[in-house]
Amino acid sequence: MRFRQLVITVTLAWLALFVLAPHILVLLTSLLSPDTQQLASYPFTMQSYTRLWEPVYASAFWQSFWLSLLTTVICLLIGYPFAWTLARLPKLPRALLLFLMMVPFWTNSLIRTYAIKLILGAKGLINSTLLSLGLIDTPLQLLYTPFAVIFGLVYILLPFMVLPLVTTFSKLDNCLLEAARDLGATPWQRFVQVILPLSMPGVIAGSLIVFLPAMGMFYVSDLLGGAKNLLLGNIIKNQFLVVRDWPFGAALSITLIVLMGLLLWFYVQANRRINRQGGLDDNAL
Amino acid sequence: MSDFILVLSGITKRFDREEVLKGFDLTIRDGEFFTLLGPSGCGKSTVLRLIAGLEQANAGSIRLAGHEIATLPAERRPVNTVFQNYALFPHMTVFDNVAFGLRMNGIARDEIAPRVKEALAAVQLSDYAQRRPHQLSGGQQQRVAIARAVVNRPRVLLLDESLSALDYKLRRQMQIELKQLQRQLGITFVYVTHDQEEALSMSDRVLVMDQGRAMQIGTPREIYEEPCNLFVARFIGEINIFPATILRPLGEYRYLAEVNGVEKTIRFHQQATEGDEVHVLLRPEDLRVEYIADAPVDRRGYVGAVLERNYTGQTLDSLIRLENGQNLLVSEFFNEDDPDFDYRIGERVWVDWVAGWEHVIAKESW
Amino acid sequence: MITPFKWSLVGLVFVYLYLPIAILVINSFNESKYGFEWKGFSLRWYEKLWHNDALMQAFTNSLLIATLAATAATVIGTLMALAVYRYQFRMKKLATGLLFVVLMSPDIVLAITFLVIFIVLGIHLGFWSLLISHITFCLPFVVITVYAQLKGFDRNLLEAARDLGAGEWRSFRTIVLPLVMPAVIAGWLLSFTLSLDDVIISTFVTGPGFEILPIRVYSMVKIGVSPEVNVLATLLLALSLILVMIAALLGRVRRKW
Repeated sequence: MRFRQLVITVTLAWLALFVLAPHILVLLTSLLSPDTQQLASYPFTMQSYTRLWEPVYASAFWQSFWLSLLTTVICLLIGYPFAWTLARLPKLPRALLLFLMMVPFWTNSLIRTYAIKLILGAKGLINSTLLSLGLIDTPLQLLYTPFAVIFGLVYILLPFMVLPLVTTFSKLDNCLLEAARDLGATPWQRFVQVILPLSMPGVIAGSLIVFLPAMGMFYVSDLLGGAKNLLLGNIIKNQFLVVRDWPFGAALSITLIVLMGLLLWFYVQANRRINRQGGLDDNAL
Repeated sequence: MSDFILVLSGITKRFDREEVLKGFDLTIRDGEFFTLLGPSGCGKSTVLRLIAGLEQANAGSIRLAGHEIATLPAERRPVNTVFQNYALFPHMTVFDNVAFGLRMNGIARDEIAPRVKEALAAVQLSDYAQRRPHQLSGGQQQRVAIARAVVNRPRVLLLDESLSALDYKLRRQMQIELKQLQRQLGITFVYVTHDQEEALSMSDRVLVMDQGRAMQIGTPREIYEEPCNLFVARFIGEINIFPATILRPLGEYRYLAEVNGVEKTIRFHQQATEGDEVHVLLRPEDLRVEYIADAPVDRRGYVGAVLERNYTGQTLDSLIRLENGQNLLVSEFFNEDDPDFDYRIGERVWVDWVAGWEHVIAKESW
Repeated sequence: MITPFKWSLVGLVFVYLYLPIAILVINSFNESKYGFEWKGFSLRWYEKLWHNDALMQAFTNSLLIATLAATAATVIGTLMALAVYRYQFRMKKLATGLLFVVLMSPDIVLAITFLVIFIVLGIHLGFWSLLISHITFCLPFVVITVYAQLKGFDRNLLEAARDLGAGEWRSFRTIVLPLVMPAVIAGWLLSFTLSLDDVIISTFVTGPGFEILPIRVYSMVKIGVSPEVNVLATLLLALSLILVMIAALLGRVRRKW
C-alpha cells in the first residue's frame, strides 16, 4: 500500500507542480499589466488581449499562421504519397525505410537547420551548382526569405507527418480496396471514396503535430528568415526575453493554446465521426 | 465446525451497481474436491476471486479454518490459484516460477530447491526446471501452474476453469491427474467450470449456480439424478420434461397422475393433492423404445415417430417426435443379444420409461 | 503496385532528408572552411572542437542534462505509467489530461510555462531549471512507451504474483519491471535524444551559469559558418546511431519471449 501511495503522489505532485500550476500562472500573467521591473504587476486587465488586434501583431499572427499552414500543406503533399508507398511495402523494408527516415531526426534540429543554411546560402550548394552549370550569373537570394523558412520547417517536421500516416495506412484493410475494385471503382474513385476518408484521422493527426510546433520554431525563422519576426514563436520569444513584456507574451501563448484546443477538438470530432462510420480506430496518434 | 475449511456467509458483491452475488452462502469441507458449476456470467469465478482475495466483497464474511480472511489482502491469504490461462511469468524459468511463492513468503533458501523439485516431480516435470514457459506445451504449462500453486502448501487450492484451454483428450487426462493429485496432497480443491461433464467426473460435491444464486449443492449423483429444479435439470446433461397433473394419491408418496395425456403411477417425495401440477423429469437413458409390433398391450406409454438417430459407439441416441408434437431424446445401450438393433427414420415406435426411474419436481412458474 | 513515380518520390524524399546531414558529415572532414570545395581529408576541425573549451563544456553539459533528464524521466514516467495502468485514484483523468497537454503543446508554450514557474518558485535559471523542464517534457513519451507495454501483458500475471504472496512493491520489482524493461530502455533512449534535440525550451530556461549545446551552437551559427558545428553534428549522429543499435539489439532480446 505504501508503494501505491508513493507512485500516485509522485505522479500527481509532479504534474501539478510543473504542468498544471505553470499553465495557470501563464493564464494569470496574461491578465496582468506589463511591468519591465517586476515582469508583471497588478491590476488585472485585458489589455494584452486587446493588443493582439493591433495591426502590427495581427498581421504578424496571420503571417505566422499562413507560413505554418503552408508548411503543413507541403508536408501533407509530400508525406501522403510517401507514407502510402511505405505502408504498402512488406514489413521489413517498411521498417527499414521508416528507420532511415528517423535517423536525421536524431541529430539536433538546430544543427540541421544550420545545414539547410549551408545549402541555401549565396555560396551554398544550390547556388554554386547552378552557377557552375551556367544557369545563372549571380547567386539567387534563397536564404533569408519566407521560402527558406518553409524549406527548413518542412525539413524538420516532415517525419512527424509521415509517421501517423504510415500508422493509419498500415491499419487500412486491403480487403476494402479489393472490394472497391470488385465493385468497379477506378483508382481515382478508390482514392477519393475509400482511402482518403479512412485516412483522415492520420491526416489530421499529422497536420496537428506539424502545424502547432511550426508556429513556435523561432530558431528556424531566425537562422533562415533573417531578423524578421516571421513566426509567432519569434514574437513570443521577444516579448519574454528581449522586450520583457510578459503579460503580452503570455497572452500570445494563451492564444496559441486556445488554437491548439480548437484543433484538438476538431480532431476528436472528426475521429469520432470516422469511428461511427466504422472506419479506423482512434489510435492513429 | 472443524469439518468445514471454508465458510462464506452473506457475501454480496457489486460491479458498478450490478449485483453479481447477493447474500451468498457456501461451506466447503476440509479435503474435498468441490466444484462451482454454472453458465458463464453466473458469478462462479467471482466467488473464487473473492476467496483468493483478488476481489473484495461489499458485504459478508469469509472464514478459512475458523479465521476471518475477508479483510486480508490476496498476498497474505493461505490459498493459491491456478489461473485460467496459467499466468506463468514469461521472464522466469519453470524453477523460478515455482519458487516464486516460496521466495515471497520468506521460506529459507535451502528449503526452496527441495520443495520446488518435489512439486515438479508431483506433476512429472522434473526434467523441465530450466525451461522457459514458452518452451512448454499447453499441458506442461498447465502442470507448472499447478506446481507453482501447490508448492506453497495452501489450505485451499483454487482452480479457475483451469483445463478449458486444453484439447479434449488432454483435458480428460488432466482431470484424472488432478483428482489423483488432490487425493495425494489432501488439499481442498475448489474448482470452477462451466463443463458439467468435468464437474461430475472429478468432484466430491458440486454447487450449481445461476445468476449469482446457489441452485443446488450435492454429490454429482444427486445433482444428476435428483435435480431440484428445471434449471439444474436442463443444465446438467440432457433431459426430457413431461408436464403432469396429480389425479389421486396412492399412499407412500405414490400418485396416480396424468402425464402428458397418459395415466401413470409416479413417485413424488412431497405432499400433493388432486389437481396439483408437477414436472416429470426423464433422462434419455431412463426411456425405453419398442417397435410398435412388440408393444405390450396392457402397458400405458407413448407413440411417436423416429425423427433422427445417432450412433455414438456405446449408445444409440434417437430423437422421437410424439403424437402431441413433443420431441423426446432417448439413449439406449446396445443389447448384447441384439447388437444391431436400429430404427428407420420415420418409423413409428412405442416409448415408455422404466418404472421408478422418473424424477418429479413441483411445477415452476417460469 | 509500386510505380516508378512512387519510387522516385521516395528517393527524392530521402535525398531531401539526408543531403543536409551528408554535407555536414563530409565537411567535418574537409580541410576547407568554406563551402563545397573538397580540399582534402583533414581532422583539423575535430582538433579545433577539442580545443574549443566553451563548446566542449556546452557539449558535456548537454550530455549531462540529457543523461540525468532521461534517467529521471524514465523512473518517474515508469511509475506514472504504472499508476495509470494499475491504480484507480482521484484526479486520474486530470493526470492523464496533463500528460496529454505536455505531449501536444508546442515547445514554445511549454517553454514559457516553465519559465514562469521557475521565476515564481524562485528556482535559479541554469542547471536545475534545465533538468526539471527536460524531465517534464520527456515524461509523456516514457509514459506512452511503458504504458503500451504494460497493456500488452497479461493482467493475470499480477494477480498470480499477489496470489503467491507478493505485495505491491515486490510484484513491481519481480514481475512488472522485468517485463516492461525493453519499453523502459526504449523510453530512456527516446528521452535522451529528445533532450539533446531540444532548442526552444532550453533557450527559455537556460541561465548564464550553465550553458548547453543549443545555446552555444545558436550563437555560433547565427554569425556565419562554423566548421566545428559540422564536427558536432557528426559526433551527435554517431552517438544516436550507437544508441539506436543498442535499442535494436534489446528489441531482439525482447522477442525471445
